[in-house]
Amino acid sequence: MKKDMTKGILTIVLFFIILWIAQQNLNKYVMFIIDLIGVYMLIVLSLNLTNGYTGLFNLGHAGFMAVGAYTSVLLTFPAAARKFAALPYLPPWLGGPNYQWPFLPALLMGGILAALLAIPVGLPALRLRGHYFAVMTLGFMIIMETIAINARGLTRGALGINAIPTYTNVFWTYGWILIFLYIDIMLMRSSYGRAMLAIREDEIAAQAMSINLTKYKMVPFVLSAFFQGIAGGLFAHLTTNISPYDFSFDLTFATIIMLIIGGSGTMTGAILGTSILTALSFALKPVEEGLRLYGLIELIYSALLIIVMIKWPLGISGGNEWTLDYIARKLRLKRKDTYTT
Amino acid sequence: MLSASYFAQQLINGIVLGSMYSLLALGMTVVYGILRLINFAHGAFVMLGAFFIYFLTSLWNVPFPLALVALAIFGGVMGVFYDTVGFRKLRGRGELPLLITSLGIYIFLENLAKMIFSPQSYAFSAPDYFYDRISLGNVSIANIDVFTIASSIIIVVAFSLFLRKTKVGIAMRATAEDLEAARMMGINIDKVILTAFIIGTAIAALTGFMWGAKYSSIQYNIGFMIGVKAFVAVVIGGLGSVAGSMLGGYILGIAEILTVGLLPPGYAPYRDGIVFTLLVIILLTRPSGLLGQKEEVRI
Repeated sequence: MKKDMTKGILTIVLFFIILWIAQQNLNKYVMFIIDLIGVYMLIVLSLNLTNGYTGLFNLGHAGFMAVGAYTSVLLTFPAAARKFAALPYLPPWLGGPNYQWPFLPALLMGGILAALLAIPVGLPALRLRGHYFAVMTLGFMIIMETIAINARGLTRGALGINAIPTYTNVFWTYGWILIFLYIDIMLMRSSYGRAMLAIREDEIAAQAMSINLTKYKMVPFVLSAFFQGIAGGLFAHLTTNISPYDFSFDLTFATIIMLIIGGSGTMTGAILGTSILTALSFALKPVEEGLRLYGLIELIYSALLIIVMIKWPLGISGGNEWTLDYIARKLRLKRKDTYTT
Repeated sequence: MLSASYFAQQLINGIVLGSMYSLLALGMTVVYGILRLINFAHGAFVMLGAFFIYFLTSLWNVPFPLALVALAIFGGVMGVFYDTVGFRKLRGRGELPLLITSLGIYIFLENLAKMIFSPQSYAFSAPDYFYDRISLGNVSIANIDVFTIASSIIIVVAFSLFLRKTKVGIAMRATAEDLEAARMMGINIDKVILTAFIIGTAIAALTGFMWGAKYSSIQYNIGFMIGVKAFVAVVIGGLGSVAGSMLGGYILGIAEILTVGLLPPGYAPYRDGIVFTLLVIILLTRPSGLLGQKEEVRI
């Protein structure tokens, strides 16, 4: 156990040193891609809590992201620029018109508001089964989008908010992923995690084992909403402009596809799927623009999704966590196979 | 401002929209009854149908009645393609994989349309006689509206007769009732499902023409909201019930138009939100819809 821990800490330290070196040497565009992969990874990983572990097919995550993004932006927007950007000043109980929140509390506030919103959304929605839950959360996402378009006083409507201060960098995104992974691993090792998996496998049997369905569904739902709110804030301060359409169908489906292709129900699958597909989309962007074939990336995404659904329903990861041990064991097994045949 | 004629005019608009929703809901409810599939891709066939007839009539000057027949055949062929590519290989894999695959197929078709037709919107026009108006006292109604309402009623009635009187229709009802038992009675399940898809997509393609003619503009991305709203209509009416899908379509269409027409103008952009609030309310209070039967959980 102790050995594992030192190994883990060493890996993390090494990873962040690599990130630091990358930040010193790589150009801004590549760093932006790495940052964006981090943001998507946080979304997909938190989506994995509900869609992967608990078997709740959530399509409303873009709504929670929107809450986090707009909260964080409204709190951190520079006071001097508010008049020009037609954004409201902060009320006295949030610090008054001349106050500008630091990044971390604003980000946390976005996450907390998203989590609080998840409770009234989840209470009715979590009573529904299977695909009804999917449709209802999709409805939540569309309702959030219409609110964001129409609440012009807060969000500037369809125009969106520009010139958001850039705060997000690799340490913010991957730091949050680290926090998330710690919570995720601890949760899945606890009785909560076992109960969630039991619900995914068979809801009725789980209920018969006296698992309180509402409670054990609510925990992952609210937790994932919190991290989606955080991811929304990170996203806003990375791309520096947001509009309601950023938190809409495209984002919803892109992240869902990343999770399914990577392999829902595994953290490493979520990480793999996000990295591969996001990198692929940036690699294909010049092709799309050069050939003027707009929609090519989504076309390839969706074709991959259909193929994965038919051929490998468990995704790339195949339902296993690709830890170093697992990879080593797999390689060893393969070698043994070649000896015997 | 809220005169009786204004109200009646809005009501007619609501009924027209409702007719289109109920046609789409019909196709979705048949497929849902058999496969338990929420067919998100249904809206894509509306969009493809609209583009198909646009190119036939506006560019290649195919005579209109012929184009309409071609449109129905095109829809049927799309149905065959849809079933064989996507769902034949997913039989018996539960409802979520089906839902995800239909989402995937929707995104695929939408982006294919975006690549081929470019993201701009096209001005759609039906033959001129569709836009002549018949006046009934204070209100007037365009021929296209009459066409939409009449054809939706005809199609729904024809479909219910098909379900009751023909052998395939009875097999379809049996399959919806219990797939395994139907298979044991010697019903070719694949054929029944294929027929359901063909009928559903052919109706969706025809609806594409009505949609384009009513709103005079088509774009690659119109399908999603149409499809999702048609599903809302299905839920309101009751999943698996043909009469319910008709009722649900009309309720949704009228509710949507009246919220836009009667509420103060500031609320009009909320119409999609209102549709989904309606869905949430129905799902919570009467999950089996107005006319549907309660779905039992199979262990």
